[in-house]
Amino acid sequence: MENASIFVIMVSAILVNNFVLSRFLGICPFLGVSKQVETAFGMGMAVTFVMTMAGTLTYFVHHYILVKAGLEFLQTAAFILVIASLVQFVEIVLQKLSPTLYQALGVFLPLITTNCAVLGLALLNIQYEFGLIQTIAHSFFAAVGFSLAIVLFAGIREKLETSDVPLPFKGFPIALISASLMSIAFLGFTGLV
Amino acid sequence: MDINTIVLAASILGVMGLLFGTGLALASKKFAVEIDPRVAAVREAVPGANCGACGYPGCDGFSQAVVKGIAPVNGCPVGGADCAQKIAQIMGTEAGSSVKQVARVKCEGHEENCGNRYDYDGVTSCVAANMLNGGPKMCTYGCMGLGSCVEVCQFDAIFINEKGIAEVDPEKCTACNKCVEICPKNVISLVPYDQLTIVACNNYDKGGHVKKNCNVACIACGICERNCPHDAIHVINNLAQIDYDKCTNCMICVEKCPTKAIQGDLTLRTVETA
Repeated sequence: MENASIFVIMVSAILVNNFVLSRFLGICPFLGVSKQVETAFGMGMAVTFVMTMAGTLTYFVHHYILVKAGLEFLQTAAFILVIASLVQFVEIVLQKLSPTLYQALGVFLPLITTNCAVLGLALLNIQYEFGLIQTIAHSFFAAVGFSLAIVLFAGIREKLETSDVPLPFKGFPIALISASLMSIAFLGFTGLV
Repeated sequence: MDINTIVLAASILGVMGLLFGTGLALASKKFAVEIDPRVAAVREAVPGANCGACGYPGCDGFSQAVVKGIAPVNGCPVGGADCAQKIAQIMGTEAGSSVKQVARVKCEGHEENCGNRYDYDGVTSCVAANMLNGGPKMCTYGCMGLGSCVEVCQFDAIFINEKGIAEVDPEKCTACNKCVEICPKNVISLVPYDQLTIVACNNYDKGGHVKKNCNVACIACGICERNCPHDAIHVINNLAQIDYDKCTNCMICVEKCPTKAIQGDLTLRTVETA
């Protein structure tokens, strides 16, 4: 993967190795904020911002601080620190600039902190030994893949609201079934890259 | 692992944490948003059951809506008059009157009055039983007494009485509407707390058919309608229905009803002074 081209990274991150549907990272916001396309899109944007920033920052933290000091084992702790601060920052800024979006995201914004998609991305970037450009591209496109999945899923759930679902399946059960079907559908992209 | 690594690890993480912390502190100063202290005060005043009966997502949502002026100060049905008073004080307005409502089960079709068509031996849930050809009761409109409403009640206010019919404890009921929503027969409805006269029937079928199935059903004879001095009771869709705004609890209809489908404790009736 070290020499993968940007295009390959894009297809891989968005479709083949979609963070939600094939790596199963970030399921919590995927299920929690997918009731409306609008808020899902907002969440997707917030996650995209956080993931791109976090991916880039953790690249520097890893290569210029941790590797230099020989402290690679601190990866997880250091990355969590970076991600948590970043999310806090986004929250503060968002509350000021877009209270509507802030309210729509509600509790899920702070939850990005513990969103395994963000940490998983940071760790994967290191594991794949990406360069800076590749890291930024992978972070961005992985987040785009997340947004794509959550917006598509929100579209399905909006339709589900009005459809005649048997009572025991109403709400989360049918949502989980739809999510699994989506995941199977995305399995079809395997082998593309 | 030598001591240097530990010191280095701790100091690097410490410095990073300090840097980020300072950055966040500066950012929170620069992007500070003023939060209305009344929101927190209102949040304190409501019961905090997060039941959603007000129509807002939880008590937090309701508090914000009240402060914004969207929700009425007496919008919390669970808190009742006390709570409305407190919120009104915080908001500096009048509480207004909120009539306390309670859920009532409009059915007296227990086993003596209304038999079974078949033996139901399935899951103890009205919702499930209702799927089997409308449940085991002869009357397909009445309470089956399997307790789906008991299950959803957060306030322990509804129970299945010894006759096998759901009954509401008006003292505990907070009118949160949960039982009304879950009941597959729609046999529970919200009624003013002071209302003593209730049509305890939910059957919209024609009289003769109804009479075969249940002894205490409303047969839509219209006697109550003709005898009511206040124009408060009407037979609509083969079922007597009381207009609670007009009803004075004189209970003439309770006396006249040939099938005793209208409930009311005659000792508590308001005596008419002509």
